[in-house]
Amino acid sequence: MTRYLIRRAIGAVIVMWAVATLVFFMLRIVPGDPIGAMLFDAGDAAAVEALRHKLGLDAPIYVQYVKWFWLVFQGDLGNSIYGSNMPVSKAIIEALPRTLSLAGLGFIIALVIAVPAGLIAATRRNTMLDNVVSFWAFLGLSMPEFWFGILLIIVFAAGLKWLPAIGYVPLSDGFWPWVSHLILPAIAVGTTFSAIIARNIRSGMLEVLKTDYIRVARAKGLTTSAVILRHAFPNALIPVITVAGIAFALLMANAVVVENVFSIKGLGRLLINSILNRDYPTVQGAVLVVSAIFVLSNLVVDVLYTMIDPRIRYDK
Amino acid sequence: MTEQALIDTFEAPPRRQRGWAKLRGVLLSDRKALFGLVILSLFTIAAIFGPWIAPYDPNAMSFDMMLSPSWSHPLGTDDLGRDLLSRIIVGTQVSMFVGVATVAIALVVGVTLGVLAGYFGGWLDHIIMRYIDLQWAFPNIIIAVYLVAVFGTGLLNLIIAISLAFFDDFARIARGMVLSIKEEQYIAAARTVGVSHLRIMWRHILPNAMAPIIVQATVSVSYAILAEASLSFLGLGVEATTPTWGLILAEARSFITRAWGLGIFPGIAIMLTVLSINFIGDALRDFLDVRETKESA
Repeated sequence: MTRYLIRRAIGAVIVMWAVATLVFFMLRIVPGDPIGAMLFDAGDAAAVEALRHKLGLDAPIYVQYVKWFWLVFQGDLGNSIYGSNMPVSKAIIEALPRTLSLAGLGFIIALVIAVPAGLIAATRRNTMLDNVVSFWAFLGLSMPEFWFGILLIIVFAAGLKWLPAIGYVPLSDGFWPWVSHLILPAIAVGTTFSAIIARNIRSGMLEVLKTDYIRVARAKGLTTSAVILRHAFPNALIPVITVAGIAFALLMANAVVVENVFSIKGLGRLLINSILNRDYPTVQGAVLVVSAIFVLSNLVVDVLYTMIDPRIRYDK
Repeated sequence: MTEQALIDTFEAPPRRQRGWAKLRGVLLSDRKALFGLVILSLFTIAAIFGPWIAPYDPNAMSFDMMLSPSWSHPLGTDDLGRDLLSRIIVGTQVSMFVGVATVAIALVVGVTLGVLAGYFGGWLDHIIMRYIDLQWAFPNIIIAVYLVAVFGTGLLNLIIAISLAFFDDFARIARGMVLSIKEEQYIAAARTVGVSHLRIMWRHILPNAMAPIIVQATVSVSYAILAEASLSFLGLGVEATTPTWGLILAEARSFITRAWGLGIFPGIAIMLTVLSINFIGDALRDFLDVRETKESA
């Protein structure tokens, strides 16, 4: 286990290095110059040269690369070259909790919907309820999450006026303001995930309910709820765990898009805005942090597998 | 596993009479697949004949702004008085084109790399798979966003970004198939009689590896359409003058409180297209007997 962990951790570090390097070089190889963007493509040659020198862009590319890497190691991602010239790391630290709360709440809401839905569909197989769950799961997989967000705004914010439509309030301003701003985007973020989970729980349950040990449990007179919840459900969770690997990735990816619907200034919005503004230091920083989150979550999920299902062993 | 699938496994000689007639039978007998075919045909007609079907010029502005659905404007008008139905019909073209074109490119690139990696193995396999593994660690849409960050926006860049984001799925599947087919005796036999590597890959391996690739391609079209819509919605997609579903939704975002139709109908178009393709993909998966490998992207 320890050997496996160490191997995976080294792998994660290599992936991060590869991503950082790819991003660094690709942003510099392709046409389009941040200097031009900064001076609105109108600066004279001397001004361009001065700025280029100031930003260290006149140095050979490998010097820039080493320099950049050295700074990244110290947590310095450079300064934004757009608007406020704020340090990129500061912008990311501000944005991060918003995205994480959104993804986290999306995860919880998705599970709260999907687990009972999947259980009901499996135990009431081929009934009206089962069909409703299946249909909804299909819709969940086919809807663009940002459009679902728009629908939620139309119904619950504009129509019923129950919840605010846009913005974010930090948790320190109180629980209800925080959660009320996050409910709608979190539902939008979680739909795809909950659809997949509901389908997997249903098919997992149907497999497990056919096994002998469930028949034994029934035969010895256990109540249906005990059979379902204590005996069948834990084992039906294994196929769910296998999709959990993509779950976090899915939630994060959805959050990146949905933030833009609800004007939440999270990592996704930071990334998209910096791309639109050709703010390369911020693009680099945001890509690096978003990637780090994915790599880290992949690692955590793989380790969780071994802890949850004793049948999975990685070390030989 | 469905009941039907269970029955099928117990049925003695496996029915393997493939072909178009059989495929047509499967698609027409499956209610969901039939629904998918009908809807998809409608959208395909809209994509091809869009400009002639659309009741108005999709870019013609008027003073009838944000009208509710009515007889003259079945889906209402947007903030600039443009007819929403016409914009959605014309938008079909770009969305479908991007969906099909990106998957075609991703398929060719991915399958080529996957077959080469699987067939030759060694350092070639190593290099290709290291990169594929790297990309595999991230959701396709995030890869596409990264690539747009590098290449810039616009229709062509969008197509490049989405197809590069999707090719790893094809490479993985193709490589996996090649690895198992390569061990078959007829491949060894072909080698012995002196058939060239290229011909073995093209004539003997590829046709037998196509089933899962076809299923993946079908499903990928729906994900590519979703990706295009998301990127266009974010402003990272096509030019602002091109009506596409994602872009119409992006423009509508500020006005949905006053004209809800603007926020609803383009999304329904996206959803119906994606749903139809997924239904057809599921039927194909059953028909070609392909195991489900990875859900969503």
